[in-house]
Amino acid sequence: MALEFSPETLKRFEATVARYPKKEAAMLPVLYLAQREFGHLGPEAIAYVARLMGQSPARVHGVVSFYTMYNVKPIGRHHVQVCRTLSCALGGAEKITAIITKKIGIEPGQTTADGRFTLSEVECLASCGTAPMMQVNDDYYENLTEEKVTAILDGLK
Amino acid sequence: MEKLLLRNIGIADSHTLAVYQSRGGYQSWEKVVRDMKPAELIDEVKASGLRGRGGAGFPTGMKWSFVPKDSPKPKYLVCNADESEPGTFKDRLLIEQDPHAIIEGTLIAAYGIQSHTAFIYIRGELVAGAKILERAVEEAARAGFIGKNIFGSGFDLDVILHRGAGAYICGEETALLSSLEGGRGWPKVKPPFPATHGLFGCPTVVNNVETLAALPWIIERGAAAYAAMGTEKSKGTKLFSVSGHISRPGVYEVEMGYPFKKFLEDDCGGVPNGRKLKGVIPGGGSMPVLRPEEIEKVNLDYESVQAAGSMLGSGGVIVMDETTCMVRAASNIARFYAHESCGQCSPCREGCHWMEKIFHRIEHGEGQAGDLDLVLNISGNIMGNTICPFGDAAAMPAAAFIKKYRAEFEAHIAEKRCTVRTE
Repeated sequence: MALEFSPETLKRFEATVARYPKKEAAMLPVLYLAQREFGHLGPEAIAYVARLMGQSPARVHGVVSFYTMYNVKPIGRHHVQVCRTLSCALGGAEKITAIITKKIGIEPGQTTADGRFTLSEVECLASCGTAPMMQVNDDYYENLTEEKVTAILDGLK
Repeated sequence: MEKLLLRNIGIADSHTLAVYQSRGGYQSWEKVVRDMKPAELIDEVKASGLRGRGGAGFPTGMKWSFVPKDSPKPKYLVCNADESEPGTFKDRLLIEQDPHAIIEGTLIAAYGIQSHTAFIYIRGELVAGAKILERAVEEAARAGFIGKNIFGSGFDLDVILHRGAGAYICGEETALLSSLEGGRGWPKVKPPFPATHGLFGCPTVVNNVETLAALPWIIERGAAAYAAMGTEKSKGTKLFSVSGHISRPGVYEVEMGYPFKKFLEDDCGGVPNGRKLKGVIPGGGSMPVLRPEEIEKVNLDYESVQAAGSMLGSGGVIVMDETTCMVRAASNIARFYAHESCGQCSPCREGCHWMEKIFHRIEHGEGQAGDLDLVLNISGNIMGNTICPFGDAAAMPAAAFIKKYRAEFEAHIAEKRCTVRTE
């Protein structure tokens, strides 16, 4: 069955489009809605958003692939993103990534077989004074230590 | 020094409208709407000497004055909350703890250019900040500071919070506008400038969070009070985000012209663990690194940092102690730009990746004779040859690391290993 929004999300879609001076400006928030509804933005989701927005799937895919926060493939329930840019690197980001890799058994760019975790290394998250840090889904975790990272991962089911 | 920008930081519930108003919040907005003509407001901001805090330091009042008064098109004000510059976290502090100051500044700026729709473009990763700002916008709208016929003046203004989706380049104002139009965050050729041809081809002003947050104070206390602080050309105060090898990292508000060395040593507690300073990036990852001897007489203002061969930029101060491998640091910064290049201009798209690859191989003991001059050559070919300042932002730090720590790079190439790190 082709993907489509639930009636509730469709209402949110219409309200979102109505907020903007032009429909095309709602592209980013609409893609967020689609990602939340469908889990990731695969070809079917992109084709659906393209129809809703009155644009070509190629153009929508061009937007999706430009930004790091849209996932074209399924990711784990907990997306663990360790900042690797200079301030965090000076603060020991590599050690944090190594601790996580050892604990959950995957390298950056991989997802655990049970779909619990995806691990990524990302660029500066505006948390340089509290390095090293990571973001898991929407939440920031700062001033990380081995103990802290272990406790955080244990708490994510 | 009296704090302007951080005046509400650390106060309990500073993010709420009640606390913000109890500290005088939105009185400037009321004064502007009730008592000031747009031209008077622009003159006041010009007189304050306020310059854009996003990195370029362009005079704010002048930027507003470029918006045509007689255009039949709608005008837009955009608050740039897409803070992504490596080493910079000042806007995030204001977003999370003083969102109403940003909103009040946004309203004042919108009135100055007679915009009836303002956007706050917040970086996508700052989910907590977006929620706080969204709630604050709702509070301000309920209180009548946003919406129709504000303070009975007949002035209407809507504020739309818009989340980015993960792309450093969207902090560049024309890329931000492309993103806000629903496309890839691709910078546009200037001219035409956003002031005449911005969002959807309409007159648009994009101002940084910190710039806008300074406006309520300037209106409350007057342009002269603001201009009385700082240096001849760099007025007022500026936020500095301090990170890396420093005893007390964090966000500091400093009067423009404050001595850099004193700032690092006294205010921030200096380099910890009894180690020596090896280098410091004064204005975010885009700016050339400075050696310890180069900051001896530097003051924290646009002109002084520029005279020392770097730039004040975003005020993102990254401190590196003597144990830091500068090849590794350069490689880290180069990788950032290779990852973030938007891909439009060949010199940047190709050059950033080559610089990353060459630094990476030097770092991993595979550097070749001639590599350093090759990076300098690539850097020189990027500089000035791209649509937006991103190219320069990638090229300048790469060249500076080599020029200022050349012996260290050469030792890495000659000995095929890191000659600095002790771990």
